[in-house]
Amino acid sequence: MNENDCQNVFALLSEYIDRQLPDGTCEELDRHIQDCAPCVEFVESLRKSVALGKKYVPGVDPMPVPDGVREALREAYAKSLAQREGSPPAH
Amino acid sequence: MSADAQEQPDELQLARDLMAGSAGAFEHFVDLYHGKIFRYSFTMCGHREDAEEVAQETLMKVFENLSQLREPEHMKAWVFRIAKNACLSKRRKSVFAPARELSLEELRPHRDGESGELDIADWSALPDASAQNAELKTALDHAVQKLPELYRAIFLLRDVECLSTADCARILDVSEDVVKTRLHRARLLLRAGLDAYMKTGQPKGSHPKTGVHA
Repeated sequence: MNENDCQNVFALLSEYIDRQLPDGTCEELDRHIQDCAPCVEFVESLRKSVALGKKYVPGVDPMPVPDGVREALREAYAKSLAQREGSPPAH
Repeated sequence: MSADAQEQPDELQLARDLMAGSAGAFEHFVDLYHGKIFRYSFTMCGHREDAEEVAQETLMKVFENLSQLREPEHMKAWVFRIAKNACLSKRRKSVFAPARELSLEELRPHRDGESGELDIADWSALPDASAQNAELKTALDHAVQKLPELYRAIFLLRDVECLSTADCARILDVSEDVVKTRLHRARLLLRAGLDAYMKTGQPKGSHPKTGVHA
């Protein structure tokens, strides 16, 4: 296997996984990857890493919003809504 | 359809409801985004107190300036841009300061000179997205924390929050090409961090490949 091909594929793998490459390019990568065991292996590990990463949440949860803060937010929200009603319609 | 344009109908509808003053939208928005902004800023800054303050300050700015927002489609990116700036203000030194971009060559896994095999773990035993395993979750935490900040920010916005490439570019004041470049590097680094765990912590019966490169 030509390692230059692997190098070119390596640079495009995120967009390949997201299916964001132009049609022709995606098929080109498909053709290379299906015949290249190291690339198959690497794509699998990257795909699974991305899937895991998308589910990432830090191990710390926020405290509840304090009542006083919530009230201040509600007042600011009410003012903004009143301003919006008084403003000319948006395009 | 492009994966970049991931539809998030609930969030978009919530933005519409909030801007229209619909009943219940305020409470739902505060609870949802307080959590989102807290998690984003905690992962960026690493301080619970700072993250709580960033979440509250961001929400206050959002509600104070809500009348300026015209398009609900832009709500989420707008909120995260405010959060990013609030997060920055908590730091003496910018966590988003430009750092050297890693080259792809630095991120390529090593190959065995004779067999040509990659020096990576055996991932075939791991089901897709199986983050239920506590050890794997810890490994993911470490891998995320080890990401350089400019890659961590893109990873959080693009992969965790599913914001589009264009939205991420607006939030972070960089071009869309930079977002794509950094997302790829962030994912490669995350993969490498998890690979180290897969080599040592995988279930019995699997056959981690040999290799000493860390």
